[in-house]
Amino acid sequence: MERPLTQHITFPPLGLRQYEAVGGYQAARKAIRHMTPPEVTALVKESNLKGRGGAGFSTGMKWSFVPMDVSGPKYLVANADEMEPGTFKDRWLLEGNPHQLIEGMIVSAFAIQATESFVFLRWAYKAAAEEIRKAIQEAYDAGYLGKNILGSDYSLDMHLHTGVGRYMCGEETALLNSLEGKRATPRAKPPFPQVSGLFGKPTIVNNVETLSYIPHIVNKGAAWFQSLSHTADGGTKIYGVSGKVNKPGAWELPMGVTMRELIEEHAGGMKNGYRFRGVLPGGASTDFLVEEHMDVKMDFAGVAAAGSRLGTGTMVVLDDQTCPVGFVHNLEHFFAQESCGFCTPCREGLPWTEKLLWAIEQGQGREEDLALLASHATLLGPGNTFCALAPGAMEPLQSALKYFRDDFERHIKEQKCPYGDHIH
Amino acid sequence: MLTTSEKEQIEQEIRQVPVKKAACIEALKIVQQHRRWVSDEGIRDVADILEMSPEEVDSVATFYNLIFRQPVGRHIILLCDSISCYVMGFRDLHRQLVNLLGIQYGQTTPDGRFTLLPNPCLGTCDHAPALMVDQDLYRDLAPDVLENILAKYT
Repeated sequence: MERPLTQHITFPPLGLRQYEAVGGYQAARKAIRHMTPPEVTALVKESNLKGRGGAGFSTGMKWSFVPMDVSGPKYLVANADEMEPGTFKDRWLLEGNPHQLIEGMIVSAFAIQATESFVFLRWAYKAAAEEIRKAIQEAYDAGYLGKNILGSDYSLDMHLHTGVGRYMCGEETALLNSLEGKRATPRAKPPFPQVSGLFGKPTIVNNVETLSYIPHIVNKGAAWFQSLSHTADGGTKIYGVSGKVNKPGAWELPMGVTMRELIEEHAGGMKNGYRFRGVLPGGASTDFLVEEHMDVKMDFAGVAAAGSRLGTGTMVVLDDQTCPVGFVHNLEHFFAQESCGFCTPCREGLPWTEKLLWAIEQGQGREEDLALLASHATLLGPGNTFCALAPGAMEPLQSALKYFRDDFERHIKEQKCPYGDHIH
Repeated sequence: MLTTSEKEQIEQEIRQVPVKKAACIEALKIVQQHRRWVSDEGIRDVADILEMSPEEVDSVATFYNLIFRQPVGRHIILLCDSISCYVMGFRDLHRQLVNLLGIQYGQTTPDGRFTLLPNPCLGTCDHAPALMVDQDLYRDLAPDVLENILAKYT
């Protein structure tokens, strides 16, 4: 089985010469010397690569919205602000093969004719920061960055920006505000960043995993990319499992493996003494899936059909000894804390949700609280808020109310947490 | 007053961006690197150099949880309190840290050695529970190893 994204991951990672020795920077050479920018975009579009950050939008399509006939600066940004709770896939790529990301950024920047590029890296990824800084310098020294790359008339600069916290920075327009030195509040769309992004100039923001795939698609083509997958969504995907399983970890596997294969085979099944109750399939802002969904194919369409989202593809398992109410309280505490406060439903609604869950978990829940929680899931849902944070926060809540309703009811009836759990 | 070195570093950041304001976060990071936190005076100094109002600079500073607007200890403990660490027992780590340090979240030990803060997901969920002390990441933790970890930081 091919594992293009992770086959050359080492710790410490390959330096530039070692990366070149395994075929690195061949895609940059091919694209810049032998392809036109629209050809690169067309190839990525044809491959059907979908964004690996969570939203799953076609990468080539996204690039194609950048106006190519305007002069002046254009920007490409790698979103390396991995902060979705339960997600640890980009860290692997960043620490383990920084040159693959940088090459992907060079090729992507060439496709949209960007003049400047940024890696927006979260504060906590200290080791990644060091590796990326080193790799960018090596790429400059070797002539892959800077003026007249590989003797062409294409020039590109690249900078590393390390953040100072806040989940909101992962939302692409909030990320751009943060890069401009402002509060990371999201922007109204339209205009979309492809037309008016960083400093009002055309900008593409792509996830680390997405960008890391670009060199492989340029080298091997769209048909090859499609052939890696079990489903219509092409390629491989980095999946992860955490929680009370025998072997928590991350694996690069064909897109569309089943949840069962991930949990039972790769993660080694549940730890002795623990039973599976449910899973957040793609990070904190995805709906729970449960036992009946074990054979769901983990691609964008498959998970959506089961009522959730593939999201980041890194799952968090809920076991039978962890209280589902406490679990969801933990998630809503996170979302309430990370709300930027810009729009009312999110700013006011998330703390209310958190407080209701806290009361239920502490044995102070009232019968009407469940209807109140359900009404929040609607009021904070899609269409009622400025960005996707609050609707994302409602996904695990609404699905917990559906799948673990008995647990909520028992907390209220018995006026205590049946798991003997408590929050602090 | 900003030191010459702080000023020079901030001026260098200003040269990288199309408008002065865009260096705001970098400027705050620089002041914090030198002083561990950003005081009201620090906010005013950054505002002066970037030609912004102090209120505008403060609105940025207080938005980001890793810009500290209160004095902090010599070492910052960031305990991951997100979902995988919740399942894997960060609350036991929290209890043990409170026992060992005698402080709650947001507080600093009286000797100025440690500040204890919760932090969202550190992105190492397959090795939960986890925490960071300054630049260092510790994973697969159990409460009984915390005392030895803290001993490394004076």
